[in-house]
Amino acid sequence: MLVQLDPGVIIWTTFTFALLLLVLGKTAWKPILKALETREESIRQSIERAEEAKNEAEKLLEENRRELAKAEEKAQQLIKEARELAEKMRNESVSKASQEANKVLEKAREEIERDKQQAITQLHGVVAELAVKAAGKILDETMDETRQKKLVESFLNSLQKN
Amino acid sequence: MILGILADSSAGAIASGAVKSVSDTLKAAASNASNAASGNWIIEHASDSHTLDFLPFGEIHLPVFPPIHVFGLSLDMSITKHVVMMWLVAIIVFIMMKIVAASYKKSNLPGKFASAIEMIVLFIRDDVVIPAVGEKGKKLLPYFLTLFFFILVSNLFELVPYASTPSGDISFTAALALIAFLVVQVSGIMSNGFFKYFKGLVPPNVPIFAIPIIAIVEVMGLFTKPFALCVRLFANLLAGDIAIFSFIGLIFVFGTVLAAPLAIGFALFIEILEVLVAFIQAYIFTTLTALFVGMAIHQEH
Repeated sequence: MLVQLDPGVIIWTTFTFALLLLVLGKTAWKPILKALETREESIRQSIERAEEAKNEAEKLLEENRRELAKAEEKAQQLIKEARELAEKMRNESVSKASQEANKVLEKAREEIERDKQQAITQLHGVVAELAVKAAGKILDETMDETRQKKLVESFLNSLQKN
Repeated sequence: MILGILADSSAGAIASGAVKSVSDTLKAAASNASNAASGNWIIEHASDSHTLDFLPFGEIHLPVFPPIHVFGLSLDMSITKHVVMMWLVAIIVFIMMKIVAASYKKSNLPGKFASAIEMIVLFIRDDVVIPAVGEKGKKLLPYFLTLFFFILVSNLFELVPYASTPSGDISFTAALALIAFLVVQVSGIMSNGFFKYFKGLVPPNVPIFAIPIIAIVEVMGLFTKPFALCVRLFANLLAGDIAIFSFIGLIFVFGTVLAAPLAIGFALFIEILEVLVAFIQAYIFTTLTALFVGMAIHQEH
């Protein structure tokens, strides 16, 4: 009745299952499983590619950052150098100017000294002449020859002392 | 109502085996009801037959072939009710999978139906076959997928009006178990070699005196495993079938419509349970077969 093996049904079942397996295996499971695998593969690849791109971007970012830091450092250095140069130039120019001024001053002093010496020597001559003339005029009238001589000598001596 | 009481009393009388004093007319009237009460109609529904019942629209008589004699055995290759149902199952599975395959052919992103099937396919592949069998299981995947969907749809036929589940027929489950047995043995022999496979049945480090006993037990185990598969599926489905029809039958046993809400409520509960059972039994059959294949291939474990 219920628990009764029917060989006919067993054979039919085996036959049906085998046929179904054969047909489905060819027409359904193959494309379905293949599609699933293709999709999984593409997902895996996409993830891999995204990962790669991320790594690449990170690397680039890091590089950029490093480059930027380098550039900044360089700029700082340049500014520092320029500042130093300017300082040096200023110092140089200042010292040069003062040197120049000193030179000019020295020259002027020398000139003045020379002029002074010249004036003094000229003055000596003129004074002597004037003195001789003035003395001559005075002595011409009031002094004898000996006194005149003595006076002139003493005058000349005082001049020389000066 | 009167008929119901009569039916009830006569059912009790038949059950006690002492009906004598009932008049002929009453007997005739009660014979239908007693049939219902005795539960024979449930057995008749569950067992194989040569007619497809479409009450009240009539019935189809299936052709009965004369038995074929092969090797001294007489084979009745008649197309019975369960064979017809099985073919319907096969056709439905085939159409389902064709739809899914067509959906994949259109685009790599499947439609709603294909997504639902894909979930099951992925489950069978990633959680049943590959853990049990390993990477070699990929070759056997079509077998396991066909097995799962064939059993699943067949189980669900239990819940279809006018249909009857082939899974409740022990011949059907025996055939599937037979195929499972062959798949297990062939995959074991193919991956280990003929002699190594049978030698590997006896685990290593067994004392010499125990080898004959272990060998007998292991060889018996080869046959008991598919036998258990066969009986488990058959018994579960038949039990569900009988439970549903028993609850429906309560209406006729009590002979009153008043019993209907309770009976149908219980029957509905069992039917919902049977949906679960249909999936679970298909899953168990597939998983255990995969496990046995895995054990046959990896004998060292």
